[in-house]
Amino acid sequence: MNGPRSLYRKIWDDHVVARAPDGTCLLYVDRHLVHEVTSPQAFEGLRLAGRKVRRPDLTLAVPDHNLPTTRRVDDHGTRLPIIDPASATQLAALEANVAEFGVPYIADTAEAQGIVHVVGPEQGFTLPGTTLVCGDSHTAAHGALGALAFGIGTSEVEHVLATQTLHLKPSKTLEVRVEGSLGFGVSAKDLILAIIGRIGAAGGTGHVIEYRGSTFADMSIEGRLTVANMSIEAGARSGLFAPDNKTFAYLKGRPMAPKGADWDRQVAYWRTLLTDDGALFDKSVRLDAQDIAPNVTWGTSPDDVVSIVDRVPDPEAIADPARREAARTALDYMGLAAGMAMQDVSVEHIFIGSCTNSRIEDLRAAASVVRGRKVDAGIKQALVVPGSGLVKRQAEEEGLDQVFIEAGFEWREPGCSMCLAMNPDKVPPRERCASTSNRNFAGRQGPGARTHLVSPAMAAAAAVTGRLTDVRELVQ
Amino acid sequence: MIPVRQVEGRAFPLGRKNVDTDMIIAAEHLKTVSRHGLGRFAFQALRADPGNVFDDPAYAGAPILIAGDNFGCGSSREHAVWALADMGIKAVIAPGFSDIFSSNAFKNGLVTVVLGQAEVDRLLAWAAKHEIRIDLEIMTVLCHGEAFAFDLDPFRRECLMEGRDEIALTLLHVDAIEAYERRIGV
Repeated sequence: MNGPRSLYRKIWDDHVVARAPDGTCLLYVDRHLVHEVTSPQAFEGLRLAGRKVRRPDLTLAVPDHNLPTTRRVDDHGTRLPIIDPASATQLAALEANVAEFGVPYIADTAEAQGIVHVVGPEQGFTLPGTTLVCGDSHTAAHGALGALAFGIGTSEVEHVLATQTLHLKPSKTLEVRVEGSLGFGVSAKDLILAIIGRIGAAGGTGHVIEYRGSTFADMSIEGRLTVANMSIEAGARSGLFAPDNKTFAYLKGRPMAPKGADWDRQVAYWRTLLTDDGALFDKSVRLDAQDIAPNVTWGTSPDDVVSIVDRVPDPEAIADPARREAARTALDYMGLAAGMAMQDVSVEHIFIGSCTNSRIEDLRAAASVVRGRKVDAGIKQALVVPGSGLVKRQAEEEGLDQVFIEAGFEWREPGCSMCLAMNPDKVPPRERCASTSNRNFAGRQGPGARTHLVSPAMAAAAAVTGRLTDVRELVQ
Repeated sequence: MIPVRQVEGRAFPLGRKNVDTDMIIAAEHLKTVSRHGLGRFAFQALRADPGNVFDDPAYAGAPILIAGDNFGCGSSREHAVWALADMGIKAVIAPGFSDIFSSNAFKNGLVTVVLGQAEVDRLLAWAAKHEIRIDLEIMTVLCHGEAFAFDLDPFRRECLMEGRDEIALTLLHVDAIEAYERRIGV
C-alpha cells in the first residue's frame, strides 16, 4: 500500500468502506447522476422494498435521452406536450420519483437542462477525486476532470440509491500515452478514434484507462471530455485524466463546486491526485500525435476506423476468419464496397451533438467550417443539438446559431437526440449520417441507419460538400 | 432472486462477436418503466433475417446462448439482460463479456460463462445436435461427453447459487458506511 500508486488506485483507496478477503471492496459513491431511461425500475425496486434514497444530496437527476429536441415551451411559456406516449410516461415517472424520494432535479424546461454528461461538469457536480456513477456507459466522460466515473446498470442504480455504495473489484490499469501536437484540423475526437482503432473495441475490457503525455496535458477540458467519454468504446469502463490547473480553472465558480476555504482545501487534495513515479500499469499503449489524421469510421464497431484519406478496407485481406466475416457483414450493412475512397462516400444526414461532441468548443469548431458556406443540396437533414441549455445560450451569444441556421442547419433544444434513436431524431433505413456521436453500431441511429463517426469539424465539412471530406482541404 | 445452481438445455449458436446491447434490445424499447415483457423485442434486427437462430424451431425455448467475444458491449442498458431473461435465456457462454453487461447479468441471476474461443467454437458446432449443461457447483460446462472448466468470482458464484439480495447484504454494512461518511465529512 505504501509503494508508488496510480491515480486510479489513489481514488480507489480513498473510497473503500469495507474490504472482503477476496479483494472485493464496498466502494463509496460520491456523486450519482440519474436520467429517465435507466432509473424507473430502480425507484420501483426501492418502493417495493420500502427503502429510501440514502443520500439525495449526492444525487442529481436530469432528463435527456427521450426528450424531443424541438421547442419545449410555447410563446406564452406553456409547456408543450411530448407526443410519444411512452416517452411522456418515462419523463412523468422520473418527475414523480424525484418528488417522492426528494432527489434534486433539473427539469426539461430549465435552462440548465442538458445531456447528463454535459450537465455534471458544467454545474461543478463532477469533481476531481470523486467517484461518480450514472446508469449510462458514457459516464466515463467525467474522468476528464479526474473523477473515477463509470456507467452502471439499473440494479446498480438501485443499489447506489439505497446504499450510496457499490461492490467492486479493482480494475487493471491501461496507460494510453500520447506525445506531441495534433496537426491542423485534427481534434480530440480524431485522437480517441485512433486510440480505439489501435486497442480495439474490447481492448480495454477489465481496465481503467489513464490518459497521459503532453498531448493530453495541452488539451482543453472539453477535448478531454470527448476523449474520456469514448473510453467505453474501447471496452474500458472508466478513463482518467490527472487533474491540473486547467481542471481547477474550469471548475472554479461553477454552481455546485466548492467555495472559499473549502475550495482551497479541495484544490490542495486534488493536486495530490497524480500517478506516482514508478507506479506500474498492467498495459501501456503509445501513440504519436503527429501521426493522427482526421478519422472516420467505415463499419459498425467504433474500432472500424480509418483516416479520411484512406479507403474502405478489403475484408478478404483480413487473415482471421471471424474478423473477416465481421468486416463483410459490416460493409454489407454500411452499403460500402472494399477499396472505395472514404472521401467518395456521400451522406444524407449530419448530426452535430451528443455527450461526446456538443460543448461550446465543438460548436465553435463546426461553425468555423460552416461560416459563409451552405449545406449541400444532397443533405436531407443537418442537426446541431447543443449539449445543454447553457451551451445553447453561450453559442447564441456568440452568434453561432445564426451561422448554422444561415447555412441550412436546424438549431435544436438540448438532449441526446440522434445519437441513439430514442426520441424523434432518427436516421431512416439505409440512409447515411456523418455523426459526432460515439457509436456506429448497426441500428444505433435508427433501424438500418448507417453511421460514420467523425469530429465536429469533419461533420461540418461533410455537411457543406455532401460527402465525407477531409476538413483540412476546406479550411486553411 | 431465484437461486441458480445449473442451467441445462439447448443453446442458440449465435457465434457472432461484438454483440452490442443495442443489438440485443434497440433503444426504441427502452421507454418502459417495467423489467418485464422485453423478450419479444430481443435481437429484433437479427430476427428480420429468415435464417436466424432465434426463430429456428430446433432451438425453441433454449436457455443458453453461445456468442463471440465482447458480448454485451456498448450501452449500459440493463434492458438487454431483462430482454434475454424474458426470452428464457438463463446463461450466456462467450470468450469475453463487457464489464457492465456481466455485472448487470449477475444482478439478475443470468449466468455469464467465459470459455476460450476454441472451446466456444466446439460448443457452437455441437449445439445443433446436443444439449449443454452448465454446473455452477463444479464450474464446468458439459456437452457431448466433454467437460470445459470455467472460472467464476467466488462472491458472485455464492450470490447466484444462494439467490442473495445484494442490497440487503450491503445494508449489513450500514455502520461502516456511516463511519466512512463521518470520517470524510459528507
